[in-house]
Amino acid sequence: MDHSTRAAQFIRNEARVHWHDQALWYVRVKRDKMAQSVPEWENLREIAAQIKAHTMSRLPDYLEMFEENATRLGAKVHWAVDAREHNETVYQILKNHGVQRVVKSKSMLTEECHLNPFLEARGIEVVDTDLGERIVQLAQEPPSHIVLPAIHKKKEEIGELFHRYLHTEKGASDPTYLTESARGHLREKFLKADAGITGVNFAIAETGGLVICTNEGNADMGTSLPPLHIACMGFEKLIPRARDLGVFLRLLARSATGQPITTYSAHFHGPRPGGELHIVIVDNGRSQILQKPEFRRTLSCIRCGACMNTCPVYRRSGGHSYDSVVPGPIGSILSPAQDPQRYYSLPFASSLCGSCTDVCPVKIDLHHQLLAWRKELVLQGLIPFSKRLTMKVVGWVFQNTWAYEGTGRLVRWIVPKLPRSVLYNRWNVWGKQRELPPFPKESFREMYRKRKVQGSEARNRK
Amino acid sequence: MTSKQTILQAIKKSLPPEVPLPDLQGLGVCYENPEAQFAEILKAVGGSFFRVKDIEALNRELKNLKFYQNARKIVSLLPGVGEPTVDLESVEDPHHLEDVEVAILKGEFAVAENGAVWVTDRGLRHRAIYFITQHLILVVEAHQLVHNMHQAYERLAFINPGYGAFISGPSKTADIEQALVIGAHGPRSCTVFLVG
Amino acid sequence: MIKVGLFIPCYIDQLYPQVGMATLKVLERFNVEVDYPLDQTCCGQPMANAGCAADAAPLAEKFYRIFKDYPYVVCPSGSCTSMVRNHYDDYLKGKPGLEELKKKTFELCEFLTDVLKLEKIEGRFPYRVGLHQSCHGLRELRLAKSSERMGNPFSKVSPLLESLEGITLVKLSRPDECCGFGGTFAVGEEAVSCMMGKDRIADHEQSGTEVLTGVDMSCLMHLDGLIRRAGKPIRVMHIAEILAGD
Repeated sequence: MDHSTRAAQFIRNEARVHWHDQALWYVRVKRDKMAQSVPEWENLREIAAQIKAHTMSRLPDYLEMFEENATRLGAKVHWAVDAREHNETVYQILKNHGVQRVVKSKSMLTEECHLNPFLEARGIEVVDTDLGERIVQLAQEPPSHIVLPAIHKKKEEIGELFHRYLHTEKGASDPTYLTESARGHLREKFLKADAGITGVNFAIAETGGLVICTNEGNADMGTSLPPLHIACMGFEKLIPRARDLGVFLRLLARSATGQPITTYSAHFHGPRPGGELHIVIVDNGRSQILQKPEFRRTLSCIRCGACMNTCPVYRRSGGHSYDSVVPGPIGSILSPAQDPQRYYSLPFASSLCGSCTDVCPVKIDLHHQLLAWRKELVLQGLIPFSKRLTMKVVGWVFQNTWAYEGTGRLVRWIVPKLPRSVLYNRWNVWGKQRELPPFPKESFREMYRKRKVQGSEARNRK
Repeated sequence: MTSKQTILQAIKKSLPPEVPLPDLQGLGVCYENPEAQFAEILKAVGGSFFRVKDIEALNRELKNLKFYQNARKIVSLLPGVGEPTVDLESVEDPHHLEDVEVAILKGEFAVAENGAVWVTDRGLRHRAIYFITQHLILVVEAHQLVHNMHQAYERLAFINPGYGAFISGPSKTADIEQALVIGAHGPRSCTVFLVG
Repeated sequence: MIKVGLFIPCYIDQLYPQVGMATLKVLERFNVEVDYPLDQTCCGQPMANAGCAADAAPLAEKFYRIFKDYPYVVCPSGSCTSMVRNHYDDYLKGKPGLEELKKKTFELCEFLTDVLKLEKIEGRFPYRVGLHQSCHGLRELRLAKSSERMGNPFSKVSPLLESLEGITLVKLSRPDECCGFGGTFAVGEEAVSCMMGKDRIADHEQSGTEVLTGVDMSCLMHLDGLIRRAGKPIRVMHIAEILAGD
């Protein structure tokens, strides 16, 4: 099934689409307000983009520098080529420590690697502790947004879910009440956990430290109670210097949720006294992206989700319509890089309006990359033959002016003569909800020619 | 070949052309009245702000705080501030801090730009105290207020192992229909005293 | 006298000839010598945006051949202009004069503002007008500041409209959200496309738009199709038709 089919299903409930659109637009408006409070915003974006581009150009050096420094501080660094190795590595660490219960704070990488089912199948309880993540985990759904995982769910549905699993009152849907009950439920999980797994927002090469940002404090809680902390990161999370964080932390939360900074921006340098810190550095297709000059800028992504909030298509089709771990504009570039056959429709799930590009805090040229992916998919032969044939035929007509003029004249002559029932047939997708444009008697060029002839006749008469 | 070698080799296959590391000089906003800015942002993110001239004044304000009046389990790591009932250093296991109601802790410095306070685990037995307490009180010396994040990082070196965090307001979530709820997992309130 | 080669996008030529005529009239009104080379057809954008680069390339070449020697090229579409300026490198990189061609190809309002330096247009248009900021004009040509970007607001379009007598430009709740046309997107993602269009129209309705205008007839064709189907009392006009003072 492609994106447009799933989107059409989502759109069947128009009231819900408007609710979804409005919820995300509200976040976009908050982001605008916060960005306005920074007079040097555009400059900051440019600098952030440069820092990331610089890091990519010196990635092997920085990765080794990071490993060296992190090790010096007492962390243990692991490398994983793909999702399978990542999951195996995490599992081995947990097994060596006899871990049975894990609390996890939000990490798109572990989603990407499908770590939860992997560990669950091996008898380890994994509890997602970010409230939104916990909601979708209980609902057995994937997150629909990378920052707001349960943005697609109504509070009544969450109330229902909590009633079933957390024994809240039936019919209760007040967010404060539901959050309070989740607090109680998750505190218990925190206190019982044997290990904490987190993602990583930034890894600092020069210091060997990690930065993890949350609003709930779940990453900090989950790593300050149990003695074992496993941090999983894609290699693109690297930045050269600690002071570069000044740039990124100013951009991240403002872009993500319209906050001046996340409530907790935790800097981990080495394990806690008496504890262990393991860092798993993952490739899983990233080096492939790095090799493609037109797509490598996607690796600058700091996962703020702003491109989703601003995307008029995402807001109206819902995160699940992308059927990929990362939805929205950035997901529509990352996913086909992972599996072009499965995600071929995503680069077409965009009107190429460019709002994502303008909102991106690290200036990824998202809409140009979406376009570049379309070309790539055609080259790979993954676009339906009928579509390519249509473009071939239309292209040929446009190449030959006589054919273009002839076809135009014919269509403009025929269409107005056709009865409505024939014209608005079921293959006329345009006409399902829209009237066709007018089909005038004369084209512009015909009018222009006439006018020119009249003009020269008039001049001749003079 | 190890996984590390495999990854590094794949990366080296086609490295992008070198881009210079940009200069961060001159970045950051300086405020006319950084204390007012800090107070405004802290309130906007759900925190409370008090400006006091000394410890005595701080203790007076403390007594007016409702959650403090009713609290029985109190941690204070600032000598002379509040009336602590729990000695953090004598607690073996951080799990036993579960029922701490108020923690009064030192903030090293504060950032006017975003209402954040920098805290560390230096000399602290359990850093869990920052998150596990129901109410967090951070005490920062008034002259330790910087304008922006760039100035903040100029102060931080990260040479030794340790934990540090910017904390900006109480724990919060908006994961249910974007409705802001204060007190997700961590402290239900965050009060900052600027002293001196 | 400034001489320009007029590029009329294929769908305007065939479906909205009055927009082409209005463009001609606006340019001639300001003493521009206009030539419309008759061999022109399409800039190649439909193929390019569908990913069919091989089918777009000959059309880019055709455009290049026809227009490269004009001192200016003017086009009443932000999207087609952006195709030339921002995407022809993919097809024509290294061709002599391509850089110049990219620089001298202008969208109509941009040409009036940047080249003719017009600040005011004589005329009267006593209606409440809703301006649709088409995305490629806005974010690829930078005809105005997009709402995502910070900095001082500017526009090369609305001041021209505002200088007309009696006109009121309405304030929209979302000043530059995409209408959902997007070329083949309008058909490939029909459901999302129409939802986006309906939402734009609702915004205009709430703001009291009587005449909906913009620099791209393609967006307007999509919006007009939805408006007519729903029988809403909003008139759709290309900006050239308003500026021509018909």
